[in-house]
Amino acid sequence: MTDTPILRVARATPPPLARRLRGLSDRAIAWLFVAPTIFLLLAINIFPLIWTVRLSFTNYAANRPGREVEWVGLRNYERILTSEAIWSNMQTTAHFLFWTITLQVILGFALAWLINRKFKGNDLLTTLIVLPMMLSPAVVGNFWTFLYQPQIGLFNYMVELLTGTPASSFSMLGPGGLAKWSIIIVDTWMWTPFVMLICLAGLRSIPDYIYEAAEVDRASKWRQFWTLTVPMVLPFLMLAVLFRGIENFKMFDMVVLLTGGGPGNETLLASIDLKREAFEKWRTGYSSAYAIILFVTVFGLASIYVKALNKVKER
Amino acid sequence: MSAHSVTEPTRLSKSIAAVLVAVYALITLLPLLWIISTGFKSGPDSISYPPKVVFAPSLEGYVNLFTTRTRIGAEQFAALPPPETWYDRIVRQSGTVIAGQSRFGERFLNSVIIGFGSTFLSIFLGTLAAYAFSRFRVPLKDDLLFFILSTRMMPPIAVAIPIYLMYRELGLSDTHLGMILLYTAVNISLAVWLLKGFIDEIPREYEEAALIDGYTRFQAFRKVVLPQAATGIASTAIFCLIFAWNEYAFAVLLTSGNAQTAPPFIPTIIGVGGQDWPAVAAGATLFLLPVMIFTILLRKHLLRGITFGAVRK
Repeated sequence: MTDTPILRVARATPPPLARRLRGLSDRAIAWLFVAPTIFLLLAINIFPLIWTVRLSFTNYAANRPGREVEWVGLRNYERILTSEAIWSNMQTTAHFLFWTITLQVILGFALAWLINRKFKGNDLLTTLIVLPMMLSPAVVGNFWTFLYQPQIGLFNYMVELLTGTPASSFSMLGPGGLAKWSIIIVDTWMWTPFVMLICLAGLRSIPDYIYEAAEVDRASKWRQFWTLTVPMVLPFLMLAVLFRGIENFKMFDMVVLLTGGGPGNETLLASIDLKREAFEKWRTGYSSAYAIILFVTVFGLASIYVKALNKVKER
Repeated sequence: MSAHSVTEPTRLSKSIAAVLVAVYALITLLPLLWIISTGFKSGPDSISYPPKVVFAPSLEGYVNLFTTRTRIGAEQFAALPPPETWYDRIVRQSGTVIAGQSRFGERFLNSVIIGFGSTFLSIFLGTLAAYAFSRFRVPLKDDLLFFILSTRMMPPIAVAIPIYLMYRELGLSDTHLGMILLYTAVNISLAVWLLKGFIDEIPREYEEAALIDGYTRFQAFRKVVLPQAATGIASTAIFCLIFAWNEYAFAVLLTSGNAQTAPPFIPTIIGVGGQDWPAVAAGATLFLLPVMIFTILLRKHLLRGITFGAVRK
């Protein structure tokens, strides 16, 4: 233990000097150091969460504090789980999650694999590619509405330039089913570098001698890729998917400013719907139950996933 | 194409990789370059078709960002004395006069205050907790660490309702202090996890030597551990700062006038008939540029910060 040398010295010295040497006991210092953090998290994370649970059994409305609050039992939960609108939002969220993760994994892994060639200037290019990820999703999402303008937007213009489809013939944010893809494109643009960085760390963690051994065994490059590279990077890739999954399940800022959930309800992700219920329709009790259901879903899925991840790591 | 040669990838495969990555980088940077260039376009240039790549630079966007303007009658307009300053002149060109200052400066300042305030607090509390977790036998250590991590999984909106109610009761809504505490609570999980990793890497022998030399624990922490962890603390701080700087969901729900930060404000910059794109782009440029600079400066420490310390190079 860390305190053995101190104790040894302390035992050998007269009491007042020993006290000066030891100051506060390690145990006291440990508590003193950890307590503020735990207190803050309890006050601003756990206490609100418990409060949300409590509110979810009531019909409370935050914009009418004077009204009498009734206990409604599980009615809020029942209503949410049987609501077709909410299932359709869940499907929208699932569509968004599936495509953003798929595209980001493919692009991110491919980029990492290329950058791992260690060509001249790869450091500079990596840094440039990473930029979008570090920026404010709200500010960037808002600006993309400009890029997506049918007549004057850069995105439509580039599409016209590359494919010949007239720029004014389609609207990424308007009706016609493209809006779903508009948010996937922006999210992929922002977050592919994240998956790339993690894959790169995975690729760099593979020692050279493994490939040297494979080379001695005359394994083909193709075989080396599938039997060495992929399995060794897999735990890293799965970690990246976990982070992206949790983040995108919570997705709010970028999409709210890009499409606001529209047109109609085409891009109404669960957390945007939740915000409307809670802060526009002011159905506080109902939206608390909604929030709890979302939280339990993320937490549940993440726990199952982490178990799978640990199994892959053990292999 | 070879996946990996024994020692080095071949020259050809390196060149192909370099070209492909460069093309991707170019595509990915295009929207950012567009933001920066739109900030320097005049109103008509910003919405011309086809989009203008070459244009006469104008500071209209920046002037509009910092001012509010009104349109006045033609007679009144003709009777005005000649414009005194360069920005007056720019505003006059579009037939308007400056009515006052916009709120952008205030909002930007709020972002600075709340960003730095919450970063300082997260780092202060996070370093203490990380040191304790790294060096002492804290009861239920693993559970506490997992608890700290799991607070990050909550959708912000899930806790926003009670926080909104709580802040209303305590008078913290729309205050700097309220936002600083809130962002600290969100950031502290990252801070503790990252800093614990950095402190774990400092050999214990240094402190033990200091303790034998007669330092108390506090002194050893301050004079031995902190200087050694300085780089780690600095890069953790930048990540906390970037999070607080970019945060939107809580800011838009919990602030309105007094403590509103820039992210909820920038999208509300309106011109005649819709958003004033040069002004929005100017605001976005001023707001995003510091983060871009930090990212470039910080590139070596990036990975650890964004993966919660889960991946170490």
